[in-house]
Amino acid sequence: MRFKNIFIPVFILFSIYIQAQTNNEGQLHGNFQVDMQTYKEDSLISAPKIPEKMLLNAYANLTYSKGNFTAGIRYEAYMNTLSGYDSRYNGNGIPYRFLTYKADELEVTAGSFYDQFGNGLILRAYEEKGLGYDNAFDGVRVKYQIYKGVSVKGLVGKQRFFFDKGPGIVRGVDGEINTNELLKFMSESKTQIILGGSFVSKYQADKDPLYKLPENVGAWAARMNITRGAINFNTEYAYKINDPSADNLYIYKPGEALLISTSFSKKGFGVLLNAKRVDNMAFRSNRNAGLIDLNINYLPILTKSYTYSFLNFYPYATQSNGEMGGGAEVMYKFKKSTLLGGKYGTNISINFSRLNSLDKTAPSDTSVIGISGTLGYQSDFFTPGDELYFQDFNIEINKKFSKRFSGNFIYQNLIYNSDALRKDHKQTYVFGNTGIADMLYKINDKNAIHIELGALFTKQDMGNWIMLQAEYSIAPKWFFSLSDQYNYGNEDKDLQLHYYTAAIAYAKGANRIQIGYGRQRQGIMCVGGVCRSVPASNGFILALSSSF
Amino acid sequence: MKTILFSLFALFVVNCSIAQTNEFKLPNVDVKTMDGKKFNTSEIKNDGKPIIISFWATWCKPCVMELSAIAEKYQDWQTETGVKLYAVSIDDSKSMNRVSPFVNGKGWDYIVLLDANSDFKRAINVINVPHTFLIDGAGNVVYQHTTYAEGDEDLLYEKIKKLAKGEKINE
Repeated sequence: MRFKNIFIPVFILFSIYIQAQTNNEGQLHGNFQVDMQTYKEDSLISAPKIPEKMLLNAYANLTYSKGNFTAGIRYEAYMNTLSGYDSRYNGNGIPYRFLTYKADELEVTAGSFYDQFGNGLILRAYEEKGLGYDNAFDGVRVKYQIYKGVSVKGLVGKQRFFFDKGPGIVRGVDGEINTNELLKFMSESKTQIILGGSFVSKYQADKDPLYKLPENVGAWAARMNITRGAINFNTEYAYKINDPSADNLYIYKPGEALLISTSFSKKGFGVLLNAKRVDNMAFRSNRNAGLIDLNINYLPILTKSYTYSFLNFYPYATQSNGEMGGGAEVMYKFKKSTLLGGKYGTNISINFSRLNSLDKTAPSDTSVIGISGTLGYQSDFFTPGDELYFQDFNIEINKKFSKRFSGNFIYQNLIYNSDALRKDHKQTYVFGNTGIADMLYKINDKNAIHIELGALFTKQDMGNWIMLQAEYSIAPKWFFSLSDQYNYGNEDKDLQLHYYTAAIAYAKGANRIQIGYGRQRQGIMCVGGVCRSVPASNGFILALSSSF
Repeated sequence: MKTILFSLFALFVVNCSIAQTNEFKLPNVDVKTMDGKKFNTSEIKNDGKPIIISFWATWCKPCVMELSAIAEKYQDWQTETGVKLYAVSIDDSKSMNRVSPFVNGKGWDYIVLLDANSDFKRAINVINVPHTFLIDGAGNVVYQHTTYAEGDEDLLYEKIKKLAKGEKINE
C-alpha cells in the first residue's frame, strides 16, 4: 500500500511528462489484450458451474523510450482468472516494471526482466500468456560487450510468483565468444565457431527439520555452435549440484542435461537431427514448488509443435526428472515443373521423434530407487530406459494445385504414455492415428475459404473423433469460422458429443477483436513442453487485442 | 484503491495515446542470425528502400502461409520496389534449430533472424504471430498488421509500391 501511494503521483507526472515530450525523440508504445468468457454449466462434458458466470484476463504493456533509456510497465487484471488458469493470479496490479539504460557496449536493467542463457537449460525467464506462465526476474541485470566477439551478462533477482515473488535469490553470469570475430586467424575461416558458458546459483534458506539441504545450489552449462556452409552443429551440456526438491522427492543426486542438434540444409532441402538427455534437472527458486511455478530453467522438448487441434490432443511434456530420446526431420521441396512438383512445387516433411525414460538402478546394494534423503538412483549416461514416454511419426505434404486451390495434408502415428505424461492411471498408452486435410480455395483477390477436415482414430482414452472446420476470410479484415469436433467413437454412448465453436474476428492494422461461442473439451494445453490442464467449458468468448 | 489505480492507468493510456503519432522507429534489441551470430535490430537497413518485418514461427500455420504467399512474388517485388523482408522467428530453443532447415526446405530468400526469447517481439509490442510491420525509407514504422488472411500480401504490396515512390500510405 505504501508503495502504491507513492506510485500514483509519479505515474501522473510520468504521463504528463510523456505528453510534453512528444515533439522530441521520445516514443511511447504498448499493447493490450482482454480475454473474457462466460460460463454455462454443462454436466455432459463436465464443465463445472462457475459462480462468477463471467471471467476475465487482461493486461496492458506500456514502453517509453528516449535516447538511451527505456522504461516500461505492465498492468494485469484477473477478475477472476479464466477457467484453466491458475487462480492464484486472481486480483490485479502492476507486477512488471523496468528501466533500462543502453549505451554502445553497456546495457543495465533495473526492475523486471526476461532473459535466457544458451538454450535455457540452467536459466530462462519468459512469459507465455496462453499458459499463464511468467517467471520474470525482479532485480538487476548488466550486459556488456567486452571486446569484439566477446559479450557477458550478469543478473541477480527474485522470480515472479503471481503477484508476489518467490523466496529464492537467483544469481547468474553468462559469456559468449564468437571466435571468428575475436581471433584474427579465424576471421577468414569458412567455419564459424561460437562458444558459450554460464553459471547460475540460487539461494534459499534451509528450514527443513529433517534433512540438511544445500542453501546455495549451483549449476553450470557450456555450449558450442559450429557452422560451416550448409552444416550447423549445436550442443549444450548442463550440470547442477545436488538439489533435493519436491520435484525429485528430496534425493541428493546431482542433475545433468545434454542437447545435441545438427542440421544440413541448402535451398529446397533440409535435414535436422536432435538428441537429448535430461536427468534430475528440475531447477526452481523454491525447492518446494510444483506445477509451473518458479522454474529457473527451461528444458526444451524436441518433438514437433502443431497448430491443428487433433495433433495437440496428446502433447508431449518435458520430463524434468529424466528422459532420453531424439528425433529426425527431413524437409524437401519438389521443384516446379517436375513430376511430383507440378506447376507450383510441392513441399514435403517427414518427422520422427521418440522419448524414453532413463535407465535407473538403485544407488547401492542396500537401497532402492528414489528414496528421499539418499542419492536416489544411478543411471548410465548412454542407456535409455525401457519405458516409452512418447513417439510421433508424421508426414506433412504441402501442395499448391492451381492459382486458387492449395492444400496441406498430414498423417500422424502416435504413441502417448498417458500414465507417465498426465498421471492418468486408467490406461498406460494411447495409440493414435490422425489425418488432417486442410484446403484453401481462393475465390478472388480478397475472399478465400478454408476447409479443415480431421480424423483421429484410437481405441483408448475417448475413442475416435472427426472434425470439420470452415473459415471464410475477407482480406484484410474479416474472418468467420465454424467448427465441429465429434467424439463419435466414445465408448459411452451418452458421451458421443459434438463440440461446436463459432467465431467472428475483425482485424484492422494491429487491432483485433473476436467474438465467439464454444464448447471446449477437457484437455491439456502445452507450449514448448510446458503444460497446463484446461477444464471443459461452454460459453461465449470475447477477445480484444491491440498494439500501438 | 484498486479502482483508483485502474482509472489512473486508463487515463495514462489515453493521455499517452493522444500524444502518440503512428509512426515510430524500431527498438534497439539484440537477436541472432541463423548461424548464431549476434545481430542488433538497428542493423535492419535497406538503402532507403522499404522494409517488411514479419514475426513468425515454424509452428504457426498462418505465418507460414503468409511467408509462402509472399515467397512466390518476392522476386517481382524486389525488382519492382527493392523491398527487403526480414523474417523474425520467435521459435524458442525447442524449435530454433529447426528454423534454418525449414527456411531452406521452403526455399525462402528472406533474411531470417532468431528472437529465441522474444526480446524483439516484446520490445515492439507484438502480441501474437503473424504480425507484420512496414518500414519506410527513413526507417519509420509506418504500418503494422496482425493475423493473415489470403490476399493480405497483395494489399501489403500496394502499400510497398507507394512507399517505394516516396508517397505516404494512409490507413
